[in-house]
Amino acid sequence: MHITSAVRTPLVSGGKTYADVTEDVCRQVEGKPTREWTIAFTISALVLVYGSACVFYTWWEGLGVWGLNKTVGWAWDITNFVWWVGIGHAGTLISAILLLFRQKWRTSVNRAAEAMTIFAVVCAAMFIFMHMGRPWMAYWALPLPNTFGSLWVNFKSPLVWDVFAISTYFTVSLVFWYMGLVPDLATIRDRARSKVSRYIYGALSLGWNGSAKTWARYEYMSLILAGISTPLVLSVHTIVSMDFATSVIPGWHTTIFPPYFVAGAIFSGFAMVQNLMLIIRVVFKLEDYITTEHIESMNKIITLTGSIVGVAYITEFFIAWYSGSEFESYAFINRASGPYWWAYWAMMTCNVISPQLFWSKTIRTSVVWTFVLSVVVNIGMWFERFVIIVTSLHRDYLPSSWAMFHPTLFDISDYIFSFGLFFTLFLLFAKFLPVVNMAEVKAIIKSSSERLPQSVSGVAKGERVTNPTFNKNVD
Amino acid sequence: MATPVNSKFLVGIFDDDDVVLKAVREVRDSGVRIHEVYTPFPIHGLDVALGHPRSRLGIAAFMFGLTGCITALLLMSYTEKFDWPMIVGGKDSFSFPIYIPITFELTVLFTALGMVSTFIISNNMGPTVKPLMFDLRTTDNKFAMAIDLEKNSLQETAIESILKRSGAAEVNVKQF
Repeated sequence: MHITSAVRTPLVSGGKTYADVTEDVCRQVEGKPTREWTIAFTISALVLVYGSACVFYTWWEGLGVWGLNKTVGWAWDITNFVWWVGIGHAGTLISAILLLFRQKWRTSVNRAAEAMTIFAVVCAAMFIFMHMGRPWMAYWALPLPNTFGSLWVNFKSPLVWDVFAISTYFTVSLVFWYMGLVPDLATIRDRARSKVSRYIYGALSLGWNGSAKTWARYEYMSLILAGISTPLVLSVHTIVSMDFATSVIPGWHTTIFPPYFVAGAIFSGFAMVQNLMLIIRVVFKLEDYITTEHIESMNKIITLTGSIVGVAYITEFFIAWYSGSEFESYAFINRASGPYWWAYWAMMTCNVISPQLFWSKTIRTSVVWTFVLSVVVNIGMWFERFVIIVTSLHRDYLPSSWAMFHPTLFDISDYIFSFGLFFTLFLLFAKFLPVVNMAEVKAIIKSSSERLPQSVSGVAKGERVTNPTFNKNVD
Repeated sequence: MATPVNSKFLVGIFDDDDVVLKAVREVRDSGVRIHEVYTPFPIHGLDVALGHPRSRLGIAAFMFGLTGCITALLLMSYTEKFDWPMIVGGKDSFSFPIYIPITFELTVLFTALGMVSTFIISNNMGPTVKPLMFDLRTTDNKFAMAIDLEKNSLQETAIESILKRSGAAEVNVKQF
């Protein structure tokens, strides 16, 4: 039942007991906000205020405040949207796909990664509303009867598929994340000392009692949610890629887009999870739960998906030549050697070369290297979307209309807004909700925890807990 | 789960998940009816040991998914074929392959929302529900086995000794 190969590195170090898990995770929920948290939250909130003002101005004045022109009619707005949706994908991968694959290391990171998913999708949705220009008309994207203004939506359009995909993805991720939180919220409720927090966490935990019957149903529900979230996460970025792939623009009109976008999404998402987890584990003192083993596992996924992305770039280039289509070949030669060569080579360096450094064990187990390379990967993935979108548009079939895209202050500020929003939401989550799934960590602790220090248990440190001594009163 | 009112319970507190799993079988074998076991995390095989029937949540999920699938297909074919036929991109006003993405999304959406609602309703959960907690430590690190004395013919002391023998660290009395 609780047997794990002795070769495996422990997933929870420091010989933690069940009570230790509760204590370590609840500490920051119950305590006063730390100084680091307060500073980070203040900065994020200020950025959010500044960004909101800029977004409001964008809506007030119209999309003319962006650097778009007649040739490049879609630039940073959609780049940022695709980038944020992509980042969200790692959370669902960890919570759903890794659950189906029974990867136990997911338990310590899934909660924060799923929260990241939800907030990243919120940021992505903000860019949809922004580039609508008239967000009060957003309901036109919904299939409402003709009397509401427009005709029925065009169900043949990938943009309408996007409306369904993104809203379904957001709803299902939120439900999955919240149901995962319920048992842990009950733990906080039962520990709460003040009446207010007992009331709030009591309402949030929906009257959870942890009976065997509830747990059995809960496990069953989680399994089905994971089962349906797995194809869902693949479908979301597939549909996002179809926004481009179903067009007839050279550089966009390629069948490789769906798998290539999904791999890229997971790639950038894991990089973001790394950045967030590396900070959380230090600030909240959770190094025993988010260990080097976790960092290494995520780096392996980054290397894998980064390699898939690299192969996709090369395949795309090859097919552009092999197709024999002059326009298709030109789109790609222009990417690599035209006026946007720097964006193309930034993408190639950050996404193809940098993750290959993780083949070295020293690098992939190093916190500093991981953090730096994760930032580099996300810069690269932003450039990937920029390259695909802007370089395919800026030189169209008519050389007299060739143009360049120059971002304005509002392009930049609206992007900064999304960071303010993301980090404000994430910091609120990190303070008021348990960042590690306590129930799931407790469930794997017997099989995957390091033994208690020798002074306590009488057994050498580093050995597997196969027959633990938590039950001191029994036997 | 029906809410027990004015019942007297004997609550055995266990420190370990393996012990409580073994204890459930022993207690049931000695002819004691267990009301329920409360644990801080899921223990595999506990529901089987307690004799709970297999959850039918999967059937509910499938039905909700089917509803979503049919809803999507009906919505798209009605609007595009009958209500306001339109030819876009040279495609027929009814073109099935192009409906697949939205059909899939609505299937997933209905499954998730329907199944989670079913879960919440069938467990009598909700924001205003006050759970019957036999021991507050069961959401932290303890495992509680609750035995309804009114539904058992054995004496309280006899049940207590059975609980102790099967590994309970403490046995408390709880009245609701």
